[in-house]
Amino acid sequence: MLDLLISLLYAGFATMRDVLPIVVILFGFQFLVIRKKIPNLKKIIIGFVYVLLGLTLFLVGLEEALFPLGETMATQLSNPEFLGLGPDKPVLDWSDYYWVYIFAAAIGFSTTIAEPSLIAVAIKAEEISGGKISSVGLRISVAIGVSIGVSLGAFRIVTGTPLPTYIMVGYIVVIIQTFFAAKTIIPLAYDTGGVTTSTVTVPVVAALGLGLASTVPGRSPLLDGFGLIAFASVFPIMSVLAYALLAERFAKRAKVKKDASSGREA
Amino acid sequence: MSSGLKNFLGLFLGALRDLAPIILVIAFFQILVLQQPFPNLEKVIPGLFFVVLGLTLFIQGLEMGLFPLGESMANAFAHKGSVVALLSFAFCLGFGTTVAEPALIAVAAEAANIAAKAGNIPLTDESQARYALELRLVVALSVGFAIVLGVFRILKGWPIQYFIIGGYVLVIIITNFAPADIIGIAYDSGGVTTSTVTVPLVTALGVGLAHTIRGRNPMIDGFGLIALASLTPMIFVLLFGMVK
Repeated sequence: MLDLLISLLYAGFATMRDVLPIVVILFGFQFLVIRKKIPNLKKIIIGFVYVLLGLTLFLVGLEEALFPLGETMATQLSNPEFLGLGPDKPVLDWSDYYWVYIFAAAIGFSTTIAEPSLIAVAIKAEEISGGKISSVGLRISVAIGVSIGVSLGAFRIVTGTPLPTYIMVGYIVVIIQTFFAAKTIIPLAYDTGGVTTSTVTVPVVAALGLGLASTVPGRSPLLDGFGLIAFASVFPIMSVLAYALLAERFAKRAKVKKDASSGREA
Repeated sequence: MSSGLKNFLGLFLGALRDLAPIILVIAFFQILVLQQPFPNLEKVIPGLFFVVLGLTLFIQGLEMGLFPLGESMANAFAHKGSVVALLSFAFCLGFGTTVAEPALIAVAAEAANIAAKAGNIPLTDESQARYALELRLVVALSVGFAIVLGVFRILKGWPIQYFIIGGYVLVIIITNFAPADIIGIAYDSGGVTTSTVTVPLVTALGVGLAHTIRGRNPMIDGFGLIALASLTPMIFVLLFGMVK
């Protein structure tokens, strides 16, 4: 119990140190440039304390409960012995890594659902769109994108195919989708790419990348271990744009049907 | 008070629901795939409780502190009418929040290690530390630049996709000239720059600006700052790798 308290204190200080530059900039500009009273200052300060306390508890909890397990799991699943390497199977094929792909997809999805910065952006999007974009729907489509991305990224490390090719194809798909997407969803979709990979997703996904790159023969952890984060940042853009296109199409079809049926009634 | 408690309970249950998938995935792989017992339950259970409580407090604080502050500052800057003040705030916010970002510090150290092993810089601690520091400054500059550009775009009402597509094309072109060992790090650097406290603030700033300035639509003009802040580091880090 004592060491838990110590790690809480330690993480608390670390979070404060991270947030300090932000606070200095915010208040510096507030007092030197804007020079106006902040409305509801007391409430905002309490909110800041909540954010600090919340992030601290969140990070300590993750480090105590989930990260060690997630990281060990990533290493164990990419272990050649677990994958069936033995006397009767001297060389592993890319398809022998199927548990790795499934794990990558599952962990990519579930960590994204819990990602605090994505929750923040989703809340804001729901608020501004007047409920047209549902916070949960947005988060689920982002999580699907991350899960496809991380899984494909794991496949890339196993096969040793070049990273730029994948990312370029991803970009081309995003550009094409942009031409067909509704104007209102484009900026939000682009933003989701940047927010998916933070506190929860990065440690576990990075461990998976490094674990794979150090056990797959012919890969170097330094060179091939990177790139999973990039996958997890491009694919959500695609999935959100795709979700928006589908939602729009369904809404249109529903409207046509409704119009047709109401026309009959009249 | 009871409505506050009810609100808190609602958020708590929401947080529990948000965390449930991770717990399920880890339990499934641990018990059914790896067929091992769940270790350290006496550590895991309080840890999970912390995670759920922490997420609840974070979301509560978000609505009370970060969102209103970002919006009120956007409002104040818009009414002050000084573009220079607004843009210098944008730069400081981008640069200041990135330069000390722990994830970036870790990635920069790793990149210095790679550069030294590849023989691009001398294999000494001193040169690696300098390389890492320079890289951090480059990324922080690029994020500062991104927020300035993004805020300017909101003021002008230019569509975000031109910037993003232009950025993508630049990334693709530069990738062909950059040393192979920097590419992975450069691509990843875009994802690690935006921290959990920066994202809500920057989002509230953008949306607040788009709300206040006449003729701007918060959905179309308010979002996009984070996207730019994830794109420019890739370009700057690739360029950094070419110059080094």
